[in-house]
Amino acid sequence: MIILMIIGMSLATMLPRVIPAVIIEKMQFRPWINKWLSAIPYAALGALIFPGIMSVKPEEPHHGMIGGLVAVVLAYFGLNIILVVLGAILTVFLLSF
Amino acid sequence: MLKEEQHSYTSIHMIRKGFATGFPIILGYLPVAITYGVLAKQAGMSLTELTLMSALVYAGASQFMAVNMFAVGTGALEIIIATFVLNFRHFVMSLSFMNQLKKIKLKWKIPLAFGLTDESFAVSAMNSKEASMKKGALFYGTILASAYLSWVFGSLLGGMLGDIIPQKLSQSMGIALYAMFIGLLIPSIKQETRIAAIAIVAMLVNAGFVQLGMSTGWAIVAGTIIGGFSGIYFLGEERT
Repeated sequence: MIILMIIGMSLATMLPRVIPAVIIEKMQFRPWINKWLSAIPYAALGALIFPGIMSVKPEEPHHGMIGGLVAVVLAYFGLNIILVVLGAILTVFLLSF
Repeated sequence: MLKEEQHSYTSIHMIRKGFATGFPIILGYLPVAITYGVLAKQAGMSLTELTLMSALVYAGASQFMAVNMFAVGTGALEIIIATFVLNFRHFVMSLSFMNQLKKIKLKWKIPLAFGLTDESFAVSAMNSKEASMKKGALFYGTILASAYLSWVFGSLLGGMLGDIIPQKLSQSMGIALYAMFIGLLIPSIKQETRIAAIAIVAMLVNAGFVQLGMSTGWAIVAGTIIGGFSGIYFLGEERT
């Protein structure tokens, strides 16, 4: 029974990922659609960051925000992305004391 | 250099580059996958079932939700529908990613599409110049495969070993993937300030719809689509 549920979930996640591969192969888009598609990554990043970041610690939403601000500053100064991630983890960890 | 030698040199180079580029995802996935494994085990799933779910479903947020729903006895169909809603954003992301990979053959694009997640999409999209390089498919393939393997392996580890990361630390590591998204976005904004406007539109649309009571899944889809549309206005002419 649980195996059937897993297979159903698998179809629900895999089909939306794969169908675009076939759509894009078959279609020639107008320039504005190409522009829309090239803006999607930035929009997706925005939507993935906020407001989700406030739920890192659901009872203390500002901890996630402060961690995020530290990440913004570190990334702005051009630090390697791994250091940005470690800096944010350390910030949230220290805030929990 | 012989032609063949040059070929394998390029391949190894692209695989290495892909691994280095995708490494932050591994760092972010391992603790989350371990936590998933622990919770799934506690909810009564067997080690095989919980690992199989990671291997076949491969969607973090959906798996956490499924485990929660499973623990309280929700029906399978309801869980499957909720999974679809929460992951529909990957349809939009995959459209954008596959358009980026236009020059790559379909037989490569399909396996790459299977490996698309929020994180692997974000990292791949911010490294778009490899799409037109020789052996570019290997570069993206390595990013996606290392993310996938760390997710499946981490789940198994969590199910086997239980809580190996102290709670305070694992909660702090919850910021890792958000920090990675920020670390990916900021360099683009530094290059082109108008990109910030696109991200902010997406954030506000997402937050607004959540306030109005829309589910997280649809709100992210709406934020991504509408934020993307704002890009038609914000992005310069050269991007077509």
